[in-house]
Amino acid sequence: MTTASSVKTDSPAIEFPSQWKRRHLLDLESLTAEEITILLDTAQNLKVLTHNCKNKVPLLVGKTCANLFFENSTRTRNSFSLAAKRLGADTVEFSSSGSSVAKGETFVDTAKTIEAMGVDWVVTRHSTPGTPHLLSRELGCSVLNAGDGPHDHPTQGLLDMLTIRQHRGSIKGLTVALVGDIAHSRTARSNIWGLSKLGAHVIICGPPTLVSPRWAELGFEVAHHLDDILPRCDVLNLLRIQFERQKARPFPSVHEYAALYAMNGERMRKAKDDILIMAPGPINRGVEITPEVADGPHSVILEQVNNGIAVRMAALWLLAGANQAH
Amino acid sequence: MQATRLPNLLVENGRIIDPSQGIDRIGRVLIAGNKILAIDPSDADLPEDLQRLDASQQIVVPGLVDLGAELREPGFEEDETIASGGSAALAGGYSSVRWTTNTSPCIDSPGAVEFVRQKAAKAAGVRVHVIGCLSKNRDGEQMSELGLLSEAGAVAFSDAPRSVPNDALLKRALDYCRMFNLPVFDRPEVPDLANQGVVHDGQTSLILGLKGLPTEAEDLAVARDVRLAEATGGRLHVGPVSTMGAVDMLRRVKSRGIRVTASVCPHNLCQSDQELRSFDARFKVHPPLRSERHVKTLQQAVADGTIDAIQSGHMPRSREKKMNDLDLSPFGAATLETTLATINTYLIETGIMDWPTAIRRLSTSPAEISGIEGGTLKAGSMADIAIIDPDEAWTVQGSQFLSRCKSSPLDGVELRGRVRMTLIGGEARYTASDSN
Repeated sequence: MTTASSVKTDSPAIEFPSQWKRRHLLDLESLTAEEITILLDTAQNLKVLTHNCKNKVPLLVGKTCANLFFENSTRTRNSFSLAAKRLGADTVEFSSSGSSVAKGETFVDTAKTIEAMGVDWVVTRHSTPGTPHLLSRELGCSVLNAGDGPHDHPTQGLLDMLTIRQHRGSIKGLTVALVGDIAHSRTARSNIWGLSKLGAHVIICGPPTLVSPRWAELGFEVAHHLDDILPRCDVLNLLRIQFERQKARPFPSVHEYAALYAMNGERMRKAKDDILIMAPGPINRGVEITPEVADGPHSVILEQVNNGIAVRMAALWLLAGANQAH
Repeated sequence: MQATRLPNLLVENGRIIDPSQGIDRIGRVLIAGNKILAIDPSDADLPEDLQRLDASQQIVVPGLVDLGAELREPGFEEDETIASGGSAALAGGYSSVRWTTNTSPCIDSPGAVEFVRQKAAKAAGVRVHVIGCLSKNRDGEQMSELGLLSEAGAVAFSDAPRSVPNDALLKRALDYCRMFNLPVFDRPEVPDLANQGVVHDGQTSLILGLKGLPTEAEDLAVARDVRLAEATGGRLHVGPVSTMGAVDMLRRVKSRGIRVTASVCPHNLCQSDQELRSFDARFKVHPPLRSERHVKTLQQAVADGTIDAIQSGHMPRSREKKMNDLDLSPFGAATLETTLATINTYLIETGIMDWPTAIRRLSTSPAEISGIEGGTLKAGSMADIAIIDPDEAWTVQGSQFLSRCKSSPLDGVELRGRVRMTLIGGEARYTASDSN
């Protein structure tokens, strides 16, 4: 845990890290390694404090969290709601399945309306990159990005890293492969920035139509054949093929994709004995992962879900504290 | 300076730059009525009833000529009207703009050309020349009545802002237009490759997860366009271009003597896709802001003449349309009022090109390309003149634009060089206020 300051909280069991200054959580690319570590440490502490995210701790009583989702979501949205409730905050839900323009209101106006109801955080998901950044300039409250198109999904990146850290103690020096639909994946981008900042070796793996060679220009290892890199990997993060974001199919068939990239029992035998298998979900069984691997002993997929609540509690609490100091 | 009608006017002590005559010297321009009478007339030749305008420390040039500004009327008056766009043009030192076809209804009939010309004559202040729709309904299928459009006053044909999608149609039009000696303008972009991208396809789009507009979408269209110009011998103008590939292609075909001209927009000469890091839709412009390498290549190409002209790329869009996320916000920005200062700040003051070259690209060449009067201070020509203070520094404030569009990728940036006065036919239609 980083040095604690004397900022007052409602609970004596956890102290606010004085180095934390941010009021918004928009992406992992702009965070420092130190800030990411504070988030992970805080998440770990809150997880313990709430007995694996099951008990309530009244750290944020009287505050309100608005979930403003312009794109479908079940797990992230429920995870944010639960995180807020575990810390004693109230939640308000807003969702729009269609585009906001179809209803004659821009999403900025919608967000301002919700903010005017008196909320402390807006948690937002949108299909367009940069929308949380836009909101952070327009709103007075804290903005948390719960996924902006293929750009970033910081709490997903954090929960992945928290899960790895729980198993391996540290991220530094590990080889982590992100496999699949990198082009359309915000989870991939969050992991790429977060993991590399904490010292992991990141391999970006998938067909060339989904893995741009520009990632190599940015200093990351790019691979197109999973079997070539598999023996070196400590962690595999299997990303879902986002059919809904693809205009034209970037590979000939699901069958061919599965043959080249699906993590199955046979491939497991080529992997390290202690490899961690992760997936941000929802998973497409039989496409990027077979049931025997998804439900096997190396899979930490359900732990990821539980850690999601922990990192979201941490994010809400840290942003609220920074706002108070502000 | 007085914004009044001056029957005989002597603009003196200014630096006169006229690329059409190779003039760059301190001197005086004598205007009689609406025409230029002489440059550096002897005292004996000066008429008696003479008003004098002191232009010391200023540059006196032929009024700028724009190859394509969207004035949005009829159909999109919330973005721009002929009157507001005309005022913006005058404030930018333009004496003449090509009015482009992106309206509703589109300008594919002689009556529609007539409407714009009459409206412009009444409201615009600036000279407005109409670019007619190349295809009927701008649908890329059937040629418009190009001959009749030309008789009604159209000076070029285009399906802007789209590229002419149909190869056979473009070839036919280039061929057919030879009998009117009018150019076809193409905004080069292959739609399938552009694939509804919103920013330049590069490292920035990769990191930000934004849909990219790849350079090859433009490169392939330029390759097609110039090959069809070569095959038909028709007059082709491609623009605006924004890629190294387009520049490379233009260099090669021009060295073979093919009759092709090209233009570039000011934003592509000074800003890169790094600006999109802010996710601010005012940087969503067309052509998109490309990477630094493209910017440098375009700067060199416009300096050495591979690119013939600088066009404003004025694509006004209303505030309510622009204040949106990057996917929903339309491409576009107001540029007429900043183009000259942009070129001065980023190309002249940095030593990439000199003033005479800049005025050639902004005035003389565009007039030649569209085959209209203007772009010169020759005796006997219309007295369309811009007077520029090259040293005046000012900060771009979109909210102060005369254009209805207040969105600018240069908002908040300090530029140098300001239009002090724009004369159309000897009449001061724009005079800068000193309040700014």
